[in-house]
Amino acid sequence: MTHSLRLNSIRNSRLTGFFFLTLLFSNLWAQDGDPAKGKSLFNTNCAACHQLDKKMTGPALRNVETRLSETAGLDRTWLYAWIRNSNAVIKSGDAYANKIYAEYNNSAMTAFPQLSDAELNDILAYTAQPKQEPVVPAADPGAAGGGTVAGPDSNNIVLAGLALLFALLAIGLLMVRQTLHRFAVANSVELPAEKPKSTPIWVAFAQNQFLVLVTAIFLLLASGYFVYGYLMQIGVDQGYEPVQPIHYSHKIHAGDNKIDCNYCHSSARVSKHSGIPSLNICMNCHKSIYEYKGPTTAEYTKEFYDNEIKKLYKAVGWDDANQVYTGKTQPVKWVRIHNLPDFAYFNHSQHVTVAGIECQTCHGPVQEMEIMSQFAPLTMGWCINCHRQTNVKVADNAYYEKIHNELSKKYGVKELTAAQMGGLECGKCHY
Amino acid sequence: MIYKTLNFKTRLKRPTKVLAFFLVALSLASCQKNSRPNYQYMPNMYTSVGYETYGEYDIFAGGQEAMAPADNTIARGHSLYGYENTNEGYDLAKANLTNPYSETVDLARGKAVYDIYCAICHGTQGKGDGYLMTNEKILGVPSYDARVITEGSVYHVIYFGKNTMGSYANQMNEEERWQVSAYVMSLRDALTQN
Repeated sequence: MTHSLRLNSIRNSRLTGFFFLTLLFSNLWAQDGDPAKGKSLFNTNCAACHQLDKKMTGPALRNVETRLSETAGLDRTWLYAWIRNSNAVIKSGDAYANKIYAEYNNSAMTAFPQLSDAELNDILAYTAQPKQEPVVPAADPGAAGGGTVAGPDSNNIVLAGLALLFALLAIGLLMVRQTLHRFAVANSVELPAEKPKSTPIWVAFAQNQFLVLVTAIFLLLASGYFVYGYLMQIGVDQGYEPVQPIHYSHKIHAGDNKIDCNYCHSSARVSKHSGIPSLNICMNCHKSIYEYKGPTTAEYTKEFYDNEIKKLYKAVGWDDANQVYTGKTQPVKWVRIHNLPDFAYFNHSQHVTVAGIECQTCHGPVQEMEIMSQFAPLTMGWCINCHRQTNVKVADNAYYEKIHNELSKKYGVKELTAAQMGGLECGKCHY
Repeated sequence: MIYKTLNFKTRLKRPTKVLAFFLVALSLASCQKNSRPNYQYMPNMYTSVGYETYGEYDIFAGGQEAMAPADNTIARGHSLYGYENTNEGYDLAKANLTNPYSETVDLARGKAVYDIYCAICHGTQGKGDGYLMTNEKILGVPSYDARVITEGSVYHVIYFGKNTMGSYANQMNEEERWQVSAYVMSLRDALTQN
């Protein structure tokens, strides 16, 4: 043990020696470490609790070294000791250590004894970098935006040009016809005589009783078709797309970030309801994700999304600047989209856990929906149809083994559909 | 001549009639908006008198049907957790808490639940390389072998959360939390052996 430790320390000292040697020559980061290496070290070790410019679980760390020496007169060796074992520094009675420990709700910082001096120097060099001002989106994003819009725009221009051309052509033809006509009149060419005035067509139509009868039947059938269509869509909310109090994009969460549906709708696995996630589930991630960094469009800008995150913070009572819950909460009045009538029973866990059906089978490509909408009609015919077509997943399910064997004998089939398991019985859903 | 003017008039009228028809049809069609629910045949059959889950009713405190359990009560299927959400509680849980379901540990079930709730940050191998980490949405998730953890401390952290990680007590039940704790330890064993 001691032997290997010594070896390690020898290797370490050699390494640091080599490090300083290179630094002497490079002279660029003289004794300060490499901010690029520091960044990756920072992201793996520190970023869970610290950011450079924002208070998180721990304090903001931009220029921590200079701040410490200016405000508390502490130097780098204190930082080494603190990072490697903050608990020991606190217990030693160090005033500043105890002050900062109390200020951050007694959250103990993880000890990092494995970080070498050189690595810590890298991290400190990274924290000492000046803040980069966000690049003002000037020419580049504008050009990119123009590029994407240019496609349909240029198409429209081409179409408009073609339409204009056709209009001109039509006018030209009409004019040609008119001049020809005039020529004909001038040269006294005999034009075919105007048709003699016959009985108007509707009078002729009204006089033909057979035609009237056929038309009446046709009109009745046609209106019957449309009335039936209208009546059948009453109570069907397919495509229902209400405006929600907080613009929650399923596309960003389930699509771009690949968060499992069950992560938020956790009760879908185990209960009748898939559940509307409570806000603490949002805060699992949004405690550290306080701004939107993904792709934006003209309609959904970064400011728009950031504002929606602020709405979440307001509802859940999270003070982002001080990283504490204020206790002042207010419920979010989400608008329910999928709502079966109360006389129909539906159980999510039965479909999600037992049958192993993808959420998308009924809810559609939710991971592509910026605004959530109802994908399926949720009518009885739709349920029944799926029960008739879907085979029951019996593999590895001892619960179904016996009944599956008996039923497959009864029906003389190998694969049972949900309907053959009783999925069409009235009392299964209506009771 | 009279007839001709009549004919001219009807010719003029026809397009306006067609236009009027389309306008009426359009206005009828626009009655059905996707931002509000459709009509129902017999609404009182669709919506019974019982309280809807998550509904808003004046009778409840705060107007919400969804309520927290009454003080000093435990819901069925839940049990008391005897460790506090403090550093001391964490240390105690780390030292003393053991898996009451150790005889029915099912790593496949643990993995199924782990992959839903934990892998998005901690990674499917537990290396701290979940999708949100590699995409730099969430930073600083450590690998399981970079920390000293026990089954008890894992359970404690799932229950209360720690630092930036939130509590997962309402997304998994007690048994699932223990299955995940056992699975996390198996991941850690695999990582430390390599």
